[in-house]
Amino acid sequence: MVTRFLWQGMSHTLRLFVLLVLAIGILVPLSNLLLPVDSAFRMPSWAVQLVGKYLCYASLALAVDLVWGYCGILTLGHAAFFALGGYCMGMYLMRQIGTRGVYGNPILPDFMVFLNYKELPWFWHGFDSFWFAAPMIVLVPSVLALALGWFAFRSRVTGVYLSIITQAMTFALLLAFFRNDMGLGGNNGMTDFKDILGYSVQSDTTRAVLCFVSALALAIFLVISAAIVGSRFGKALTAVRDAESRMRFLGYRVERYKLFVFVLSAAMAGIAGALYVPQVGIINPGEFSPGNSIEAVLWVAVGGRGTLIGPVIGAFLVNFGKTWLTGALPEVWLFALGALFIVVTLLLPKGVVGLWNQFMNRSRERRAKAAA
Amino acid sequence: MKAPGITHARSTSALLYLSGVSVSFDGFKALNNLSLLVEPGEMRAIIGPNGAGKTTMMDVITGKTRPDSGEVVFDGQADLTKLDEASIATLGIGRKFQKPTVFENHTVRDNLLLALAGMRSWYRLLTAVPSKAENDRLEEILSIIRMGPQQHMLGARLSHGQKQWLEIGMLLAQNPKLMLVDEPVAGMTDVETETTAQVLREVNKSHSVVVVEHDMSFVRALGVKVTVLHEGSTLAEGSLDQVSADPRVVEVYLGR
Repeated sequence: MVTRFLWQGMSHTLRLFVLLVLAIGILVPLSNLLLPVDSAFRMPSWAVQLVGKYLCYASLALAVDLVWGYCGILTLGHAAFFALGGYCMGMYLMRQIGTRGVYGNPILPDFMVFLNYKELPWFWHGFDSFWFAAPMIVLVPSVLALALGWFAFRSRVTGVYLSIITQAMTFALLLAFFRNDMGLGGNNGMTDFKDILGYSVQSDTTRAVLCFVSALALAIFLVISAAIVGSRFGKALTAVRDAESRMRFLGYRVERYKLFVFVLSAAMAGIAGALYVPQVGIINPGEFSPGNSIEAVLWVAVGGRGTLIGPVIGAFLVNFGKTWLTGALPEVWLFALGALFIVVTLLLPKGVVGLWNQFMNRSRERRAKAAA
Repeated sequence: MKAPGITHARSTSALLYLSGVSVSFDGFKALNNLSLLVEPGEMRAIIGPNGAGKTTMMDVITGKTRPDSGEVVFDGQADLTKLDEASIATLGIGRKFQKPTVFENHTVRDNLLLALAGMRSWYRLLTAVPSKAENDRLEEILSIIRMGPQQHMLGARLSHGQKQWLEIGMLLAQNPKLMLVDEPVAGMTDVETETTAQVLREVNKSHSVVVVEHDMSFVRALGVKVTVLHEGSTLAEGSLDQVSADPRVVEVYLGR
């Protein structure tokens, strides 16, 4: 039953796309590890790290698309779930440093010693074990999403009001995490990670594996999302997006449908954030900044809202542009981002994938006309 | 222990019982001490000038609007003033809106599938595959609303009349005990209006129906008992000929 569930939504194109994602996740790190340093096909280590980072962003974009593209909930706070997953991973990585910190305290991370903590705050207990941290990466964002969604969807908060609430949530978390007495590194966040599961986070092999795992996570998220979207649940979900009150009058408990995808999407974002942190080597409150969530929405809009491939393509395109522009012309980036917002809204309502479909349809029609 | 929303205070044979229902919006009395009885198997037409409270009455029955006072009892036991839309729909009240609302990004068949009675639990829908019985029922409804050939067309591409029929089909799929139909022939051609009257009479063989309509020739074609609403309460009740002979009704419709 599970296999049937997982295969029901997979179109031919999507199967190819999942294979492509996996191929990137295998070939990019392998070329870095196996090919000689002077080979033209060898990916430098920084590129492996970059691809791994993009793959995490792509997972976040997919999570946003699941709630926005398929259920019509415009979330402007999804980076908060991403950051919470990241913080859970960060806490685990901090505890792995042990006596190698600047202060050499076997229990307390450096920032706690610096801030005169006498003992570990209660919520840090357990994070020395990966098998405790791993479920937390999923649970912490999910529980927050469940609580927020429960109240918001039950009170029928929709549209722009819901967007504002999600934005306020991430902003509140930003302010909270900035405080030193939160016990989570305050302003500076957490960094100087040493090991993950006993392997050095700086080594090429670990980076390669992390890049692969990020691709694998994205592939799994794509398969799960496709199954959900392709099921009768998915039909009900898009119906909720298009005509919510109609669904209520048909006897559907609309809030439960919304809550399920919202929580699932938060969990996906959390896992993406957890994979992101060891690859970039730092997590700080900046990840909660409202701009990050809005950028994630933009990736989805650029790639194609309401498609599964679109957000992945959008995340890669926009972030590649960002990496390139912030390197070449750093002062231009924010203007480019703003322009992109306007261009996509006005000219590309269905994103790159929509443009591609339009092009394919037109050329098919032309061929049909030529044949006739 | 009584189940929530179920009251045994009143025993009535009526399928739908409204008594003394009042609703006001910012001081405006949309419904004013409205009473209405619909018997099982009955078809009732509700007419009235604009602002008479027809749509508000539908909103109260389907749980969209809570009345300020009054009783709304369905099937002799369920107190509709305490239930939400989804529970009321599950009890067996279906509603067709004034503006046809079908799911635009779904095919005609999927629209009907979503409306089909039964499957409402989100986790079961994740793995559900339409059963033989469900597919048979879909074919049956497609033939009643005469839309078999269009079943794979997207809702957005249907004509206005086709959307109206699809909505009636969705009501059939929902298989409610009582159907509330709000202005089904608004914007329809004469031929479409006539077909709609036929479809509704067919539907009435197995369901109770309340139709709100402006179009008098359509109401005449239905040939059922008529309730005239005015300023939120019942003005007259009887056959169309009876009520149109009533001087108060004439006054309301034609002005002083």
